[in-house]
Amino acid sequence: MKVLVAVKRVVDHNVKVRVKADESGVDLTNAKMSVNPFCEIAIEEAVRLKEASVASEIIAVSIGTSQSQEQLRSALALGADRGVLVETDAKPYPLQVAKILKGVAEAEGAELVLLGKQAIDDDNNQTGQMLAALMNVGQGTFASEVVVEGGAVKVTREIDGGLQTVNLPLPAVVTTDLRLNEPRFPKLPNIMAAKKKPLDTKTPADFGVDMTSKLTTLKVKAPAERSAGVKVASVDELIDKLKNEAKVI
Amino acid sequence: MTVLVYAEHDNQELKSATLATITAASQIDSDIHVLVAGSNAQAVADSVAQVAGVNKVLLADNPAFANQLAENVAPLVVELAGAYSHIIAPATTTGKNFLPRVAALLDVSMVSDITAVIDAKTFERPIYAGNATATVQSAEDKIVLSVRGTAFDSAPATGGSASVESVSVGGDSGKSSFVGEELAKSDRPELTSANIVVSGGRALASGENFTKYIEPLADKLGAAMGASRAAVDAGFVPNDLQVGQTGKIVAPNLYIAVGISGAIQHLAGMKDSKTIVAINTDPEAPIASVADYFLEADYQVAVPELTSKL
Repeated sequence: MKVLVAVKRVVDHNVKVRVKADESGVDLTNAKMSVNPFCEIAIEEAVRLKEASVASEIIAVSIGTSQSQEQLRSALALGADRGVLVETDAKPYPLQVAKILKGVAEAEGAELVLLGKQAIDDDNNQTGQMLAALMNVGQGTFASEVVVEGGAVKVTREIDGGLQTVNLPLPAVVTTDLRLNEPRFPKLPNIMAAKKKPLDTKTPADFGVDMTSKLTTLKVKAPAERSAGVKVASVDELIDKLKNEAKVI
Repeated sequence: MTVLVYAEHDNQELKSATLATITAASQIDSDIHVLVAGSNAQAVADSVAQVAGVNKVLLADNPAFANQLAENVAPLVVELAGAYSHIIAPATTTGKNFLPRVAALLDVSMVSDITAVIDAKTFERPIYAGNATATVQSAEDKIVLSVRGTAFDSAPATGGSASVESVSVGGDSGKSSFVGEELAKSDRPELTSANIVVSGGRALASGENFTKYIEPLADKLGAAMGASRAAVDAGFVPNDLQVGQTGKIVAPNLYIAVGISGAIQHLAGMKDSKTIVAINTDPEAPIASVADYFLEADYQVAVPELTSKL
């Protein structure tokens, strides 16, 4: 079974982002960029499926500028077999990304598509669901356990009240939650080997996708700052403040 | 313009996130229909009909909708979509799961987790773990939105008198099947709608310490219990208690963070709380920068003292 893994290049999760003074967006000049943490979990799951001889080949795909190659090389160093970069300078919105991923999944004959549940920059949590809709297949979102057996995938999902398990006939789309696995670190020899693995470059037009979105970001501003609080010296003082100043208890 | 709101429920009770979503809908247009998709969900439909501001309730009663599987629910919504300018659901795990599927089937972009309605086509939403707020405008014919429940007041649960109309479209798509679920049982208020939340972090060091320190304080305050990702990953408490970018977003009147450092990921889930209290041994912890009241103390001493003195 071929597994397709989608990988997004995002600002590193430890970076505290700053909004640009002209409110046009977030300033990412010189910011450290990484593989989106949820995508790392998707790569790890794909590699584990291959180690368990469930997956035969892992194809990593990223959509974005040529710099996304770095994140694809990271995926290759972690165990993906080859990469596909769909190069575009346009901002990739989930609907357009889902349309491209459908094209890639069909061209590659992938039976399982793994994605992160959300990217930590746009926080949309949409792409996997949209892809499943476009492919007209089942979706296992927010997965904390994935078991492939008998032409189907059983997915345990993290829902508000606890856990839910669903069974999806293959092909299917699965999006990963944090507790699905703990991603491994790439070893130096694997990083070297990843440089020689094949990486195809395509364009959205190859899949007949127009990158124009009907969404426009009018402005991006910093959230309201909380005013600095006070240090209290004792539990008694804390209770007094909560009762008489904040009036919350 | 008419707005279709998708009701979140468990086939017996309406979830409070729906009421906040109805308020968000009322800021777009006053003509609001609510869809209740479920199995034996007449009681839910009846209670939605009482909600102020709701003009009509559509009840789609079918065993295929019992567990809100996206593969079954999304085509139902798409089939009803023709009459509506906006399709809106709470940004709960249910809403996040099926709504993007609806948007893709309609071939429209969607706006997730809105925190404010500027006008019928313009919305605010947080990005980068709440470190920036984007104003987004949609030029789609049908606008699909999920709503952050904590950003809107709840619509009054009484005062309405909408009619309930049965719709019999959709069914089992055969794309997925429900196997089972494991729901955490708790007598405490629901985390996302609680007035007070007491959360523990890595410093708690074990599940027993949650039981020993956090639970009695939560019970004393009638509060919900929450946790940081570190506490969940370490297995101290179940994952549905996680507060943060990747867990639940809460905005209670009072949030008490015990032994939580305050990573960006955690702050994204709670920094809109009205009053924040931090109890921590490290005065340099990032949580200090958002806390209204910071008590530098060992939780093993301070929390029992706080519990007994309340």
